[in-house]
Amino acid sequence: MPALGADMEAGKLVEWLVKPGQRVKRGEVVAVVETQKGAVEVEIWEEGTVDALIVEPGTSVPVGTVLATLRGEAGAVPVTPPAASAVAPAPVAPRPEAAKPAPAAIASERYKISPAARRKAQELGVDVAKLVPSGPEGVVSLTDVERAAGAHAPSAPPAADRMEAMRRAIAAAMTKSKREIPHYYLANSIDVTPAVAWLARENTTRSVQDRVLLAAVLLRAVTLALGEVPELNGVWLDDRLQMSREVHLGVGIALRGGGLVAPAIRNAQDKTIPEMMAAMSDLVRRARAGSLRSSELSDATVTVTNLGEQGTDAVYGVIYPPQVALVGFGRLAARPWVVDGTVQVRDVLQATLSADHRASVGHRGAIFLAALDRLLQQPEKL
Amino acid sequence: MTPEQVRQAFLEALGQIVPEGDFGQLKPDRPLRDQLDIDSYDFLQLVIALHERLGVEVPEADYQRLATLQGALDYLTAAVRSAHP
Repeated sequence: MPALGADMEAGKLVEWLVKPGQRVKRGEVVAVVETQKGAVEVEIWEEGTVDALIVEPGTSVPVGTVLATLRGEAGAVPVTPPAASAVAPAPVAPRPEAAKPAPAAIASERYKISPAARRKAQELGVDVAKLVPSGPEGVVSLTDVERAAGAHAPSAPPAADRMEAMRRAIAAAMTKSKREIPHYYLANSIDVTPAVAWLARENTTRSVQDRVLLAAVLLRAVTLALGEVPELNGVWLDDRLQMSREVHLGVGIALRGGGLVAPAIRNAQDKTIPEMMAAMSDLVRRARAGSLRSSELSDATVTVTNLGEQGTDAVYGVIYPPQVALVGFGRLAARPWVVDGTVQVRDVLQATLSADHRASVGHRGAIFLAALDRLLQQPEKL
Repeated sequence: MTPEQVRQAFLEALGQIVPEGDFGQLKPDRPLRDQLDIDSYDFLQLVIALHERLGVEVPEADYQRLATLQGALDYLTAAVRSAHP
């Protein structure tokens, strides 16, 4: 049972997606596990043949329990990431990239499907080849896709139980953070008028499905600014800072009905703004549907939270251990602002940094926020 | 498409975004955003869903006109009419 975040102590195996004797590849989803963050698809990081499934579906086991064994060339090996103690963070060992599954659309060329339904199927991860058209002309419709997606959704425990478990998990992680991490906080007001104007122009050239939100521009700018102050991107483990070359950008996502998860956009450093938007949309959708993957929940190297939509001006966040920084964005608002010696009305928002003083000093944190500001003045170069 | 059909399609699209929403309680002239706790991501999903259901591509510059239920229905009814005269 993998530790899917610093706050996970146990998980319930909901479903096996592989059988004994089946060959598995790196990055393949092999099981669904129920955690306080919802149902999580567990990926495997070894290659081989499934030997035995040890834990029965429906069973709750502590983190570190062997779930199954795998036969590689060297014989059977247990298939679970290294055991982590109760509130210890998940290991952040560099991990081979998951093999990307072929897009569902490729398999669907032989089937008649409406464009909207095809897009929806890709979005929901529904295998188009398995869809049964209900329409008169044998064309797969939007409704067929939605029905199929609903039928595949993993079963979930009662919402009240999950909320209670999630609240406890947040309490444990945040208490640990405030007990162990000496936070310092910085805030800058940033004039984002150029970014807002650039984005509005960009979006007029894009179809509705491809429109980009300001949040994606901010995430891109944060990723680049982290490259300039790398000690904010990593984890504090074994009494030292372990910086990460990759930026796995945790994104705080509020769930409907309360609750919060912060899954990661993995390898954000390689993503353009439209790719960041696509990754963010995918995460939000799956977080709310309760189908996140294990790697996304266990290895964020920094987190970004955006509370501006609720109208708050600035957020001084609590760092998610073992990470060492959290970047917050407040409300975008028109403000009087001095530009070239005159007062103008500009779109301004507050960016904040909560950082671990063991890992970085305020001076470097200030350089990070200044870099963020500078990058956002030239959005076309992001 | 009749205004009633547009209303139906709009509420279905909204139901995709806010599955637990009680749309019977919606005040037609108050912002949807406040009544349903939707953010800019949800709003974009709503615009995408409206495009799929009504074939209307709402430009960003017109988002403000979809702020309330009544505003959205007026806007969409007119847009559907001019798209399919």
